[in-house]
Amino acid sequence: MMGFGPVAPEANEPLFHAPWQRRALSISLAMGATRQWNIDMSRHAREKIPPAQYWSLSYYEIWMEGLTRLLAERGLLDAPSKKLPVLEAANVAPALAKGSPYIRATEAKPLFKIGDRVKVRNLHARGHTRLPGYLRGKSGEIVLYHRAHVFPDSNSHGAGENPQHLYAVRFKARDVFGVNTDDDLQADLFEPYLEAA
Amino acid sequence: MPHDGHGHEEHSELSPIALRVKALESLLIEKGYVDPAALDVLIDTYETKIGPRNGAKVVAKAWTDPAYAKWLKDDATAAIASLGYTGRQGEHMVALFNTPDTHNMVVCTLCSCYPWPVLGLPPVWYKSPPYRSRAVIDPRGVLAEFGVTLPEKTKVSVWDSTAEIRYLVIPMRPANTDGLSEEDLAGLVNRDSMIGTRLAGHVA
Repeated sequence: MMGFGPVAPEANEPLFHAPWQRRALSISLAMGATRQWNIDMSRHAREKIPPAQYWSLSYYEIWMEGLTRLLAERGLLDAPSKKLPVLEAANVAPALAKGSPYIRATEAKPLFKIGDRVKVRNLHARGHTRLPGYLRGKSGEIVLYHRAHVFPDSNSHGAGENPQHLYAVRFKARDVFGVNTDDDLQADLFEPYLEAA
Repeated sequence: MPHDGHGHEEHSELSPIALRVKALESLLIEKGYVDPAALDVLIDTYETKIGPRNGAKVVAKAWTDPAYAKWLKDDATAAIASLGYTGRQGEHMVALFNTPDTHNMVVCTLCSCYPWPVLGLPPVWYKSPPYRSRAVIDPRGVLAEFGVTLPEKTKVSVWDSTAEIRYLVIPMRPANTDGLSEEDLAGLVNRDSMIGTRLAGHVA
């Protein structure tokens, strides 16, 4: 999607542009720690905002809209309150330092290896996916193998982690965008998005 | 200062979004889902502890210590963790080394994925549609908007962070910096140079 105008870096940009943004960040992270949803569900909740509304919202407004939807879907705004695992102040530093590693073991052997030519399948997901549309049908080369990771297309819908092998695939900019340069671009793509070229 | 519809104009506590966030926070506290003290610690962490100075230390060490640079190339997650930077939105790191032949630049076209443990919270431009839409199709045009013009022979290599891998660009060390300490070198590493939209040695 194009037509958004120039990038406008702001000199000496503050970390937050209004006090409410601090609160928006912190309640989002704290609610994430209650494990009522995963990061893929929270990305999907933001993507489900109707486009006309989505494009009129700023970043933390989108976060708040997504959070409100996640809470409402789970009945967490209703009475009575549920018992959730709450992030306590003393646990903030260890929880952030630990993060949520996404590498998983899998029995399946990777189908591709570094140097292989692959083509991106012509997939049009109805739900959440991490396949950017501009790469559908394009061919490239595997340049990094990242091991198997949680598969967002499943995890976002509560269909389990369904680990899949993940690769960085390099494309020539001229093949993807028809530009007359020798530049290239990479994306991290899950094995189900790919077929041998 | 550019004010162009990025939504920076909310200065009043009384704006509808400010009121809405306040109401939501109060409700979540009342329901016992969030600990108000934890909220304050979260904010303080990103305001004072986690930010681009972390990444600058990684870069300066890579410039001065070839063994560390090799480790960073082979296993960035471990090499960065050795300096104490781990966790949320940096669980799986890859370092991209800029050279005279290749200039790396990072974007997340699908949302705003960004390596928080080394760079902190992303700037507004990184999260905004102009950068997210144009970094892949017109990277040289985007670089020009940051005042960067690369030689024609330097290939621009864009990395779209479409999964949970987070990329840190290791900019080229500026010329005439041989005598500088690691600490002084870190001072030359601006945030944007670690995203790949500027060069090191420039003020962000």
